[in-house]
Amino acid sequence: MNNSPFVRKAASVQSVMLQVLLALVPAIAAYVWFFGAGILVQLAIASAAALAGEAAMLAIRGKPKALFLTDLSAVVTAWLIALTFPPIAPWWLTVTGTLLAVVVVKQLYGGLGQNPFNPAMAAFCLMIVAYPALMSQWPAAGQLDFKTQLDLIFGGLRQVDAITGATPLDALRTALRSAASPDSQLHGLRTNQLMDGPAFGLLGGKGSEWIALGYLVGGLWLIRQRIITWHIPAAFCGALFASALLLWGMRPDAFASPLFHLASGGAMLGAFFILTDPVSGATTPRGKLLFAAGAAIFTYVIRSFGAFPDGVAFATLLMNILVPLIDMKTQAPVFGHKKD
Amino acid sequence: MLRKLFKFHGGVKPQTNKTQSTTAAIAAVPLPDRLVIPLHQAVGGHPRPLVQPGEHVLKGQRIGGADGNLSSAVHASTSGIVRDVAQAVMPHTSGLTTLSVIIEPDGEDRWCELEKVNYRSTPPDELRDFLRDAGVVGLGGAVFPSYAKLKPGKEGKLKTLVINGAECEPFITCDDMLMRERASDMLKGIVAMRYMLQAEEVLIGIEDNKPEAVASVQAAIRASGETGIEAVAIPTRYPAGGAKQLIRVLTGIEVPHGRRSTDFGVQCFNVGTAFSIFEALEHGRPLISRLVTVAGNVTAPRNYDVLIGTPMDHLVRLAGPRPDTDRYIMGGPMMGVRMPGFDVPVVKATNCVLVGSPALFPAPPPEMPCIRCGECAKACPADLAPFEMYWFSRSKNFGKAQEYHLFDCIECGCCSFVCPSHIPLVDYFRFSKSEIWSREREKESSDGARDRFEFKNFRQEREKQEKAEKLAAKAAATREKVATEGAATPAAADGEAAPKPKPSATDAKRALIEAAMEKARQQKAQVAPKNTDHLAPDVEADIAAIDARRNAAPARAADTPDA
Repeated sequence: MNNSPFVRKAASVQSVMLQVLLALVPAIAAYVWFFGAGILVQLAIASAAALAGEAAMLAIRGKPKALFLTDLSAVVTAWLIALTFPPIAPWWLTVTGTLLAVVVVKQLYGGLGQNPFNPAMAAFCLMIVAYPALMSQWPAAGQLDFKTQLDLIFGGLRQVDAITGATPLDALRTALRSAASPDSQLHGLRTNQLMDGPAFGLLGGKGSEWIALGYLVGGLWLIRQRIITWHIPAAFCGALFASALLLWGMRPDAFASPLFHLASGGAMLGAFFILTDPVSGATTPRGKLLFAAGAAIFTYVIRSFGAFPDGVAFATLLMNILVPLIDMKTQAPVFGHKKD
Repeated sequence: MLRKLFKFHGGVKPQTNKTQSTTAAIAAVPLPDRLVIPLHQAVGGHPRPLVQPGEHVLKGQRIGGADGNLSSAVHASTSGIVRDVAQAVMPHTSGLTTLSVIIEPDGEDRWCELEKVNYRSTPPDELRDFLRDAGVVGLGGAVFPSYAKLKPGKEGKLKTLVINGAECEPFITCDDMLMRERASDMLKGIVAMRYMLQAEEVLIGIEDNKPEAVASVQAAIRASGETGIEAVAIPTRYPAGGAKQLIRVLTGIEVPHGRRSTDFGVQCFNVGTAFSIFEALEHGRPLISRLVTVAGNVTAPRNYDVLIGTPMDHLVRLAGPRPDTDRYIMGGPMMGVRMPGFDVPVVKATNCVLVGSPALFPAPPPEMPCIRCGECAKACPADLAPFEMYWFSRSKNFGKAQEYHLFDCIECGCCSFVCPSHIPLVDYFRFSKSEIWSREREKESSDGARDRFEFKNFRQEREKQEKAEKLAAKAAATREKVATEGAATPAAADGEAAPKPKPSATDAKRALIEAAMEKARQQKAQVAPKNTDHLAPDVEADIAAIDARRNAAPARAADTPDA
């Protein structure tokens, strides 16, 4: 027996998660096009690990398995992990990362809706601290065929250093740093000259900028579907652009351009898919703006002055910590109590 | 139509399901075998029964008298014999009973003598009393006694009188049909209300999914030649028919929780209420029937003019309920309440009997955890954050729930409607509210008990002290007296041995007693007249006579020494 309302909109957690997965498809397609089908293998490994980990934890916690395994939230986490880890990461790295995300960061905190941190980003941070070398090896676009990728993933081939390099973000930063030093042969070169290599494309990394475009397209579709609101992507991109513009405008020889920052690394994924995770993110409109702008500033600082190739993951966790405070302080006035 | 309309935040668009019940005209209902008329049908005090079992009543005869500051009379809906005045199940989910008058119709449907009133020549106070005794209450569902709302605010006049014809709940069409078929009578009721409230303008808000009603009301306004009354089509979005939301849409004013809308120069009435005010003033007919939509799991959804007290199953039978019917819901699917049985009576609050079945209103899918997606906050017409209130309600952290404006929740159901986790959010808020109320009641009663206990201790202590002081003072006085008299006696003692101090002591005591009695009389005199304020002159004369006698009595008492 239930009370009013007796009618409900046809909405479910499952359909929300399914739409998020669908929105990732354009980026995955670009990924496959430029970097090969290895990513599909990673997506499958991560999904299987996530579902297995979720099922085991649900059994231990005595929760209904069918209900929670079909909500697809574990699959979303799995896909985000696969998309942020290097596509040639050995299978056990992906599995370990995914299990950490699902078992520790999500289920041990109470499962769906209870985790204070974004599971995928927490897993990424833990793994990059634990395995900095494996987590930083990225193939260039079109460099590896599918068989080599499979060999790398399943451990047949371990000569990775020879065939992979850093991410474009990392490469440019290293180049900029050496350009700043008088002893380097790169000394005196401008950003656009430094980006004249085979690793770089129009705005960011070759190939990866198209994946970023895929995230943008999928993310805009999510806004249209009213799964996410414009606040977080707009504030993140705006604040990242503004921070980059500030320093680049002052020293264009020492800092990357705003557009490069937007098109590289996890910026688009973060703006539309990571920071918009409702469970670990801010919820009020004003809070979302603050939350995303803060994440953008942290991202920029870590990218420009930190030790890690990208800053989105750490920035997300830092802002996750602030969410309860942000939400509490940004509650909008209610009906009849507005001051307009 | 160029009127500027305002938006309220949130809202939802459930399937309206209104066309099914508007194809046929309003129909009458044959007299049932018996009518069960609950005495308490409106917000406010419980009306007292005015009839005895076995008594014959006429249609429109008052059977329940308004009681207390806020209360509304109840009338016999037809002529017949009062079979009983007893507890009967009321149309409420709880299944609780309430004192009801059970009438067996005699089939004659004979009216009692009806008293009409001209609203333009009658003082407003008398008009309000008249409407109270005619049992007119808000027919939008809140059943608030209308007379209590027909007072202009502090300024003595009103800016805008809002008439609510929005009817935003799915399935319900009784206001729609009323506006289509009885617009001109309704308009006369509105004109009377405008006069009583001294309102500058009247805005009749109707959702734009009822173009026929808008046209009908506009035609009635034109035909009447009245100015300053406008029928406004507003966007269809639930809950546009919530009084606060409608006021917001039409005037831009947001009336905060716990404030009177008249303080903001606005007042809002339902269209059905306007019609029953017309009936009461023009024809003297009290509120004994109302329009009820029968919809949902029936073959022929329709609107009926139903006598108050008609059993719901008697009414639903006319619309052809389908065999899988498993419940009646009073009201719409968004805010309606499930009835405890099929034979509960139609009351003044019954705007719709929604016939339900498991297929039409399936049980919600299993509840999932909240993922803080914020859909509820986007849908909330009160700008609340339901998911935050949900966390606090769930953890019984009621203080925090109130900080997040729990009591601004109008229980419209939008949050539950949109929740992808299928959480019955409104149920959590209803639970929290009732818990807070019951805790407040408990606290009030324990505070009261403590105050009484503390006051008793204080009083006993004070009395003890006063007694001690009095005794001490008396002892001192006596000692002094004895001392002075003692000083005097030695002189006389030489002559006469018979001493006189004893009688003088008794004199002092008597004087004290008399002084105390005088004080008591004065106190009594001060307290007594309070309940004799504001009385008719003849009663006052009587009281004066009694007072005179009473004043004579102490004088006599004073004559007798041992009084």
